[in-house]
Amino acid sequence: MSWRRLGRRLLQAVPVLLLVAIGVFVLLELAQGDAVDAYLAGIGGAGDLTLAAELRQRYGLADSLGARFLTYATSLATLDLGWSIAFARPVLDVILERLPKTLLLMGSGILLAALLGIGLGALAALRRGRPTDTVVTTAALVLNATPGFWLGLLLIIVFSVELRWLPLGGFSTLDSRATGLAAVLDTARHLVLPAATLGLTYFALYLRLMRGAMLAAAESGWVTAAKARGLPTRRIVLRHMARPALLPVVTMLGLQSGTMLGGSVVVETVFAIPGLGSLAFEAVSQRDLPLLAGILLAGTVLVVLVNILVDIVYGRLDPRVGDNLGRVAGD
Amino acid sequence: MGASRREILLSTTALAGVALVARGRGAWAQEPVKGGTLIVAADTEPRNLNPAMVASNGVFYVSSKVVEPLVEMDYETGLRPVLATEWGGSEDGLTYTVKLREGVTFSDGTPFTSEDVAFSAMQVWKPLQNLGRVVFPNLEAVDTPDPLTAVFTFSVPTPPQLIENALPALSSVLPKHLYDGSDIAENPLNMAPVGTGPFVFAEHRPGEFIRLERNPTYWGEGQPYLDAILYRVLPDAGAKAAALETGDIHLTAFSAVPLAEMPRLDALDDVTVVDKGYEGITYQITLEINHRRAELANPLVRQALRHAIDPQFIVDVVFMGYATAATGPVPSSAADFYTADVATYDFDIAAAEALLDEAGYPRGADGTRFSLRLRPAPWFEQTRAVGDYVRQALQKVGIAVELVTADPGGHIAAVYTDHDFDLAIGSPVYRNDPAISTTILFQGGLPAGVPFSNQFGYDDPEMNEIIAKGLRTIDSAERVAVYEEFQRKAAEDLPILVLVDFTFLTVARDEVRNVANNPRWATSSWADTWLQP
Repeated sequence: MSWRRLGRRLLQAVPVLLLVAIGVFVLLELAQGDAVDAYLAGIGGAGDLTLAAELRQRYGLADSLGARFLTYATSLATLDLGWSIAFARPVLDVILERLPKTLLLMGSGILLAALLGIGLGALAALRRGRPTDTVVTTAALVLNATPGFWLGLLLIIVFSVELRWLPLGGFSTLDSRATGLAAVLDTARHLVLPAATLGLTYFALYLRLMRGAMLAAAESGWVTAAKARGLPTRRIVLRHMARPALLPVVTMLGLQSGTMLGGSVVVETVFAIPGLGSLAFEAVSQRDLPLLAGILLAGTVLVVLVNILVDIVYGRLDPRVGDNLGRVAGD
Repeated sequence: MGASRREILLSTTALAGVALVARGRGAWAQEPVKGGTLIVAADTEPRNLNPAMVASNGVFYVSSKVVEPLVEMDYETGLRPVLATEWGGSEDGLTYTVKLREGVTFSDGTPFTSEDVAFSAMQVWKPLQNLGRVVFPNLEAVDTPDPLTAVFTFSVPTPPQLIENALPALSSVLPKHLYDGSDIAENPLNMAPVGTGPFVFAEHRPGEFIRLERNPTYWGEGQPYLDAILYRVLPDAGAKAAALETGDIHLTAFSAVPLAEMPRLDALDDVTVVDKGYEGITYQITLEINHRRAELANPLVRQALRHAIDPQFIVDVVFMGYATAATGPVPSSAADFYTADVATYDFDIAAAEALLDEAGYPRGADGTRFSLRLRPAPWFEQTRAVGDYVRQALQKVGIAVELVTADPGGHIAAVYTDHDFDLAIGSPVYRNDPAISTTILFQGGLPAGVPFSNQFGYDDPEMNEIIAKGLRTIDSAERVAVYEEFQRKAAEDLPILVLVDFTFLTVARDEVRNVANNPRWATSSWADTWLQP
């Protein structure tokens, strides 16, 4: 990946960000009620109009539509995330606090989904039409159709309430002062159930992709040629079928990682993990424009980064794409 | 083969259960034990933890343990002293005198004096607090003749009964020396409150927990018993139920666990569902009616609506029995003001149909008389469910109902600012006196945009006069008579329909002691709560 391409990538993100930014403002504007309404609903009213008027003044909600858009656009353009209305704290603090948790949760969930999907997808392809294939494919589809909150609660009841093997929520033992390895292990234990919930609900997608691509590869000329050359089956499966079959899987992984920052409201809620999914939900229901704008910016940055990463991996998996192709097209 | 792991687990829990029950029975006479961390579930984290500014149950749940009011509600005596030891108003209703407890200090060591009360009243309760604005608009000054006496002076006669009823929720005292001269609304202490209470604010880890620790210099003899209280953030109701079962948390309040889970939890050996401790904060389910619709401005139609809806069904099915059918805007639990001597309307579909015919709205060719848009308040599981029920009930008498849902911010803007509704399901709180947050639902002439107020287009001079009279009647018995008149008028006019009274449920593990021992328990100080080791 050349610097030039990287720069171009980043530039491409600008119009996208602009469109989304305007969309967010308009949607929030169209929703009935503003941040003060949402706040007053939460505290049970104020008895008269003065409190609402004071709060609207304080949050800049009393300004005209144009003035508010200008403030919003300026803060986005200058990367000044400002102050969250709902949390009464700087937006950057609120996001940074939740970012690592979201990345860890979603990352481990999606990674688990991909590993399960690649492994079982390859297995299903090799046992095509046999009972193993049917069982694996059906199980994946059933899990895919299962609502996340239900699966999460089921796992909690089995592993936390009945067996008492794993903690039932949170990101680390409450109030624990563990450091170093102990803290890492503690967090890992807390991650098992939420990551499993995410992995189990999402792996069907990867399984279908992997299985299909493996089968397509099996029919390809290069596999026939490899067989003709008398290569061992193991080598054919791994190098000549699995490797090209990984391309669509990586594409999907890239697409899904892009949405990773959105978090999973359902899994975050069930497992009481303060992530960005529930934060975005909160930002919308509290009509907290500065916070929503901040989440938007962070999301855009992440999507761009992940796309760059996917490009690099592509280049490794398939020498025809990546730098070579880029150079040919670019020159 | 020996018993499976699962069987062993089951038998040990069963044994533990028996042991706990046995201990539980014997424990009534036991002395409180010191120590332990009480872990309770929190579903939200308020952005402002200052109870003097935001008098709401969500805030009190945490900060009433840190910042104390002048008095607290009590099952036996009505009110019991906290920071105040004596209180009472003058004959003319122009002054109200409070004697303060001696030897109380804030948790930072500064002595608590009448200056703090005067500052809180004049700088916070009256100008900033959501409820204080309603009760203290005529408070002119608070004089401090000595450090232990505060004299409230009003510009117009104010009923001492109202002040007294308002004190538990409205009179949280802030330390003057930490707030004076600052922008009170933006003071960082609003998120880390300091008060005279049994606990001090220790730490807030957003999205995870809030921790309060024992105040070693608390004025209460030997109190508090707990070392700490941990509010564990658990947004999901199902996860809360599981956490109670495993013992990860000791207690949930405000019906945080779905009602459908209650029988199952109550059946567990070491968990109990408690329906007491909320008498001071009774909620009601109301059908709010927009009188700007010609059909709904007709009293006959409103009577028909009342006949068409069966509050007992709501009690039995939606609240699973944990509620009572209401007769009016004062709940039957408020013994001092409640009267049953009001017009009542039986559940009678035939009567409803007859009234609608009489009002001039016969069923059309498709069986429909007219159609309405209903907005159920989105904040309780039950307000949404009542919306579904009302829709069905009204369809039976030929009124088509379209449900319109929004999130909380959208809902209150639609109903109380934009009047963009025909019917709405509301859940007002009766706060110990009709003048605090109840009469505002019936008072005419309020500007648009005041949430949880009469934005229904109902403006009746007689009703307005009754409400005004309640605010200026000094004699308590006379004042009760005024509010009996208010209840009769409300039942006669039916500007809105009050359907059921309900309070919340606490679910507690048996090791938590002194649960629900006052009428505002979840929002009281928990100085006497202890954990059975």
